[in-house]
Amino acid sequence: MERAAEIELARQLLEGKPDAFDRFVEHFRAKIFNYSRIMCGHREDAEEVAQETLLKVFENFDQLREPERVRAWVFRIAKNACLIRRRKSIFAPRQELSLDELMPAKGADGDPTKIEIADWSAIPEDEALRSELRQVLEDAMANMPEIYRSVMLLRDVEELSTEETAQILDLNPDAVKTRLHRARLLARKTLDSYLRANRPAMEKN
Amino acid sequence: MASHQHDENCKKMFALLSEYLDLELPAGTCKEMEAHIAGCGPCAAFTESLHKTIELCREYRPQELPDPIARDARQKLLEAYQKMLAGRRS
Repeated sequence: MERAAEIELARQLLEGKPDAFDRFVEHFRAKIFNYSRIMCGHREDAEEVAQETLLKVFENFDQLREPERVRAWVFRIAKNACLIRRRKSIFAPRQELSLDELMPAKGADGDPTKIEIADWSAIPEDEALRSELRQVLEDAMANMPEIYRSVMLLRDVEELSTEETAQILDLNPDAVKTRLHRARLLARKTLDSYLRANRPAMEKN
Repeated sequence: MASHQHDENCKKMFALLSEYLDLELPAGTCKEMEAHIAGCGPCAAFTESLHKTIELCREYRPQELPDPIARDARQKLLEAYQKMLAGRRS
């Protein structure tokens, strides 16, 4: 569902339009389930987070002053429900990962004008490959430190703004940008390794 | 052969790449990045890979769906919704 349709649905829900309730439940239940499944790593938890979140959403829906912000508002509630259930992550870094660790390796022959990288140019045409990579991406997100995973899910998957993400996660916008960049670099690294290991024909040089 | 300065530019580029792709950089910095990427093969390849990573995120759709909502769970939500609506009208 497009953002505009989602906002319209929030308006209809507030007006009490008959079929808005079930459409809203169906749409957001799948979204919250997916978010919390990747955040918490458990299907059962994710079902419960979705139910708890929707219950709070309906109880307090009249407090949503701007329907334009419905997605951010719902995810703020979902994030809190998720936090309560979170299994403490042993991977949570105490400080931000250094960018040096995320830079690609120099070419094997030591030539600094070359880096080890898969050939990403073939991706757009190949739908089978894209779908395969979306699964690899999900695994990459599930395995990255929570502080990066939470930002990437909101910014790049849910396409919320830096500002909205900052509000949901109680961070300042600069921290959101810093973490998003590291999250993307981590995901890129996993995807690149996958491409090089499984699509050797695509490798450059 | 790449110079030390070239390497420094690559590092700077690397740090700002997400903001560059999100169009969040000031125009001057953005132009500098464009010029660097145009003349640096590894940075161009890397930029493409990061750009496509973001694209894959945006087109990512749930790989798993929840089980259909149970009747009593739906009922509980519906009651909360109706109560909220009634509160608004009163």
